[in-house]
Amino acid sequence: MSKENKLELYRMMLLIRLFEEALEEMFSRGLLHGTMHLSIGQEATATGACLALEKKDLITSTHRGHGHCLAKGADPYKMFAELLGREDGYCRGRGGSMHIADLSNGNLGANGIVAGSLTISVGAALSLKMQKIENIVLCFFGDGAVNEGSFHEALNLASLWDLPVLFVCENNQYGMSMASENAVAGGSITQRAESYGIKSVSIDGNDVEEVYETVSKCKEKIKSSGKPMFIESITYRYRGHSKSDRNLYRTSDEINFWKEEKDPLKRFIGKLTEEKVEIDELKKVEVEVKNLIRESVKKALESPESPKTNLEEDSYA
Amino acid sequence: MPEMTTGQAIKEALSLCLDSNDTTFIAGEDIGVYGGAFGVTDGLLEKYGHERIKDTPISEDVIAGLAVGAAITGSKPIVEMQFSDFIVNAMDPIVNQAAKLHFMYGGAVNVPMIVRGASGAGTGAAAQHSQSLESWFCHVPGLKVVTPSNPQNAFDLLLASFVDPNPVIFMEHKLIYKLKSEVNLGPMPSDSSELGKSKVIQEGNDITVVSYSNMVNSVISAAKEDSLTDYSIEIIDLLTLAPMDSESVINSVEKTKRLLVCQEAPASSSVGSTLISEVATSRAFKALNQSPELLAGLHSPMPSAKHLETTVIPQEEDIVQKIKEMIENEQ
Repeated sequence: MSKENKLELYRMMLLIRLFEEALEEMFSRGLLHGTMHLSIGQEATATGACLALEKKDLITSTHRGHGHCLAKGADPYKMFAELLGREDGYCRGRGGSMHIADLSNGNLGANGIVAGSLTISVGAALSLKMQKIENIVLCFFGDGAVNEGSFHEALNLASLWDLPVLFVCENNQYGMSMASENAVAGGSITQRAESYGIKSVSIDGNDVEEVYETVSKCKEKIKSSGKPMFIESITYRYRGHSKSDRNLYRTSDEINFWKEEKDPLKRFIGKLTEEKVEIDELKKVEVEVKNLIRESVKKALESPESPKTNLEEDSYA
Repeated sequence: MPEMTTGQAIKEALSLCLDSNDTTFIAGEDIGVYGGAFGVTDGLLEKYGHERIKDTPISEDVIAGLAVGAAITGSKPIVEMQFSDFIVNAMDPIVNQAAKLHFMYGGAVNVPMIVRGASGAGTGAAAQHSQSLESWFCHVPGLKVVTPSNPQNAFDLLLASFVDPNPVIFMEHKLIYKLKSEVNLGPMPSDSSELGKSKVIQEGNDITVVSYSNMVNSVISAAKEDSLTDYSIEIIDLLTLAPMDSESVINSVEKTKRLLVCQEAPASSSVGSTLISEVATSRAFKALNQSPELLAGLHSPMPSAKHLETTVIPQEEDIVQKIKEMIENEQ
């Protein structure tokens, strides 16, 4: 991987981290209506996966989707505007944090229903196949989704019909408060995929290069074989499930272990430094990202609110 | 004009959909080799092949979700819920996804898809294969709900649903499949303006009787009964339940001053109860010379035995009696 490529991975992870930290700050200042699901700690999976894709590859995303959206090329300004209920927001204030779609960059949208996008990704892949478009659909979902019926129906059909889907399970180890180890009978998520005849692999989801390399390989393999594949990307979220979470289901020792020992940004900065990337170069990226966030927030706050159009009419195309 | 059953008319419409759009496919359980549980898709596999006539596993959730994913990526899918009762296994893709995405994503996507399903009772199929669940979907903004009652309107409305850019729930009552009549197999319409329009089947001045789906046929037969020949009965077939053409009903009630709604589904939170509430809160309220009436199915699961099934579903004689009662009570 070239140095430019690595700096791009760094830049994207930092952008996601700072974007969500800015949201937290805005939330604490009472600027945001509603709740949100932050992916702080999980940036490597979104970044490695989306940067390994082409613009015309499609993704489906989850309720914890800010990272997927940014990494697939979304404009942070339009995302902030969406969360602030502004007309320039991706969904004109109708979707908010949980439902950002960015079709121009191949993002079919974030979904508030756990496993809600699995069957959608299968349909999108069928479209690609029938229309003879040589791209893939990358479907993000969490460990909580693997116990939903639609997970099984989607994997079964994608395998039966040889559809170009890359299923990416972001295993952050908790479905809200439910520990994955208490929720997944048999213990192995990848075995479930294998049982549907889908080749699968479990990776360190906090190692951005490993995610990038794995998704790149899977993408090529899906294109050549036409068959779906499955990645379990093991990661961890630092923040609560949403803004109302008191973290009663896990210890602060556990959270601190992941923050200190496994943080994707820290690890990658360490690696880049070992590889003799100049601190100045990293600093330059940091300044650029911070400016982008600052400018985007400012512009979003100044942008006009979404007008009260006829919402009943807006319900139909 | 060729004579055909409703099932055949729907098949003709499906063929026209497949011919008119290369991205259209039909997916569902037993729709291929078997030809569909009610024979509607019989022969389509031979004509269009496995690429477009897609037999699926028994997986209603992914059948509906598949349609959503295909619809938002430039395809125009039609999927079948063999018995519309099975749609309960597909509620997330229909209610949370298909109905919501256009609005939720700020208009960035459309979800043009049709979910067809066989609804209603009368075949002794009992509680899990006989329901009329149409009002569930009328309650969800973003969905359109269509209930044909005969071969011609099934053909026309399926085509209108196909050119509509929204998700359409198309409920085909099992008892209309074998109804036969001449059908004008017109071309693909240029827009979906036929959706949302009710139809006056028979004009009259003494009472407005509104119905939809197969119950319309019971109302038409009832109105021909000897004991009603002295009365002038206006019959309206709603055809589309969402959006509902209540305006036409209101206009009719202003003329006839009486409203009876007949439906197979139970009354609670139903199409009929909504329609009556709309009329009662409209300008037609003052014209009414008595309370509107709703003749609905009993609030009971559908029994299997024929004599019990007919107890649950309003029968022709029930309609005759109710019409007489309403008109004569007043005179």
